[in-house]
Amino acid sequence: MSTLRIVWLYPDLLSTYGDRGNLLVLAHRARTRGIDVEPMQVRSDQRIPHTADMYLIGGGEDGPQAVAAERLLDDGALNRAAEAGKPILAICAGYQLLGESFYANGRAYAGLNILDLRSDRGPSRAVGEIAGDAAPQLGIGPITGFENHGGRTHLGEAVQPLARVTAGVGNDGATEGAWAGHVIGTYMHGPALSRNPRIADLLLAWAVGTDPAHLPPIDDTWPERLRAERFQAVTAAQ
Amino acid sequence: MSANLTPRAKFATTLLRTAAALSRATGRGDGSVIGGRVGLIVEPRLLELLAEGRHVVLISGTNGKTTTTRFTTAAIEAIGKVATNSFGANMPTGHTTALAKAPKAEYAALECDEHYLGQLLDAASPKVVALLNLSRDQLDRAMEVTALAAKWRQTLQASAAQTTVVANADDPLIVWAASVCQRVVWVAAGQSWTADSAICPNCGSHLDRFGEFWRCTNCGLNRPSPQWSVAQQGEAVVGPDGRRYELNLQLPGRVNRANAATALAIASLFGVDPAQAAPRLSEVASVAGRYAKVEREGRHLRLLLAKNPAGWLESFDMIDPNPPVVLSLNAREVDGFDTSWIYDVDFTSLAGRKVVVTGDRRTDLAVRLEVDGVDFLVVDDIRAAIAAVPPGPVEVVANYTAFQDIRAEFNRVN
Repeated sequence: MSTLRIVWLYPDLLSTYGDRGNLLVLAHRARTRGIDVEPMQVRSDQRIPHTADMYLIGGGEDGPQAVAAERLLDDGALNRAAEAGKPILAICAGYQLLGESFYANGRAYAGLNILDLRSDRGPSRAVGEIAGDAAPQLGIGPITGFENHGGRTHLGEAVQPLARVTAGVGNDGATEGAWAGHVIGTYMHGPALSRNPRIADLLLAWAVGTDPAHLPPIDDTWPERLRAERFQAVTAAQ
Repeated sequence: MSANLTPRAKFATTLLRTAAALSRATGRGDGSVIGGRVGLIVEPRLLELLAEGRHVVLISGTNGKTTTTRFTTAAIEAIGKVATNSFGANMPTGHTTALAKAPKAEYAALECDEHYLGQLLDAASPKVVALLNLSRDQLDRAMEVTALAAKWRQTLQASAAQTTVVANADDPLIVWAASVCQRVVWVAAGQSWTADSAICPNCGSHLDRFGEFWRCTNCGLNRPSPQWSVAQQGEAVVGPDGRRYELNLQLPGRVNRANAATALAIASLFGVDPAQAAPRLSEVASVAGRYAKVEREGRHLRLLLAKNPAGWLESFDMIDPNPPVVLSLNAREVDGFDTSWIYDVDFTSLAGRKVVVTGDRRTDLAVRLEVDGVDFLVVDDIRAAIAAVPPGPVEVVANYTAFQDIRAEFNRVN
């Protein structure tokens, strides 16, 4: 592959908590390994390119989330990308709208049905550090992030939870996020990949068609130190 | 004014001053919050009673509140005494203390937390309300910005019939909130962070931007023609009649010239001649430690407070291009526990200079800078940061509690 094209979808609607960070982390980790990256920001009034190698979608408020789902359904490119096995990372509101349905502005909206799950409102807003033990077959180690959402997500048969929650709420207090094929959704909001570099590497490996173990190693002294700090903070608070 | 206070309100005022003085004497801060709390317990209507009969301006927005309030106070002092919450205590307790401490002041310039604007409109019946800007800030504990703009719009419609609003024509959220008011004076105060207003707050369609002009492609909400603006050439404010008012500010950056324009617009509504007010703004050297210059071991530090993405970008715009930069980040309760927003800040402009990071969340900053390809050194605290840079000028950028920690190291410099 000459250049890795990463599409960041709808920053005009879904970019509330530093969501750009995921694009920056992926580009940084790819370039450090000599892989050229072409980041592509696609606004909600533009067509989504079919030819990209990876798609990212971020978090946001109810109104923009509902508009984003409608435009993604109209466009159709994200569904085709999922069918073609392209890696997709979806955060918070973006995660919810990949499911069958989600709640916004006090009512249910149709989602893209890329992931077998549905979301509704929880009893209270989940705000704070979240940590969990990830699905072992993903090889990404424990996860750490910050969550801030009012929704709860119920997983169907055709998806696996991304992690079992050890701190925070995630989907429902027991599991966090979901994955199926090359699609990952999570409530770890904003720049989730900055604290979870092995999820970034998994997405990159999927995009270039290799095993993450075959990617050249990167000096992760600072991300690892940050992860250790956050796990320690979560443990100290419990 | 306080001559008309009831005995109960007088008693409440006395207790308030005593509590504030005790708090100061025991080194717990300036006493504004505790004093106001005591006073309001004794007389719940104390704020309203103390504001009665005064000419009040409320100043609110995400960034620039404290500096604009300081400028406004300096400008109005040309014609009379001004009560003001100059310590940044910007909730009703702080407002009550500010008014109680200045019983003879005919004017009041009150910085107001964005979430208390409605309460203050009702309690203080202001002559003028100034709305500076709205952008993302501490989202884990505060409202998302469009919701906040909607709340302002509703509040202004309900309570601001007698009030003149001074509002930033460059911020679509502010324009939408203020446009329900009868009397609006528009100031071209700029917008350093546009990502929260890509979408029309009124109808959800896209906003088109051409240079400084913007308009909604659907409902027609657009940038009103400003009466006040910052001059394109030189350092000056241009008033409604096209007249230039020269500035000679000690505070750096375009953003402070915009704050000056807002302050002059407010002052002129209070009957102050802007030509008389403008030179008074040059006397402001620092604002509750912001922009303060301190010296240690030959290092000349300039302290910049920046609490959110817009604030950090403004800081990077105002710092000198060569000196080392110290960045300090905390995530305590008042800062917001979530540091995600540092990914909304572009740090690439710091590449090639010496960057030292500190604060409780210095590791978050280290990871962030690595992603942007900026070399950095991580140190434990401000003393270590000073030791790590050569003698000469140093720019220090810190968020709220990180800034207060650094101020404490320099005897709470003002």
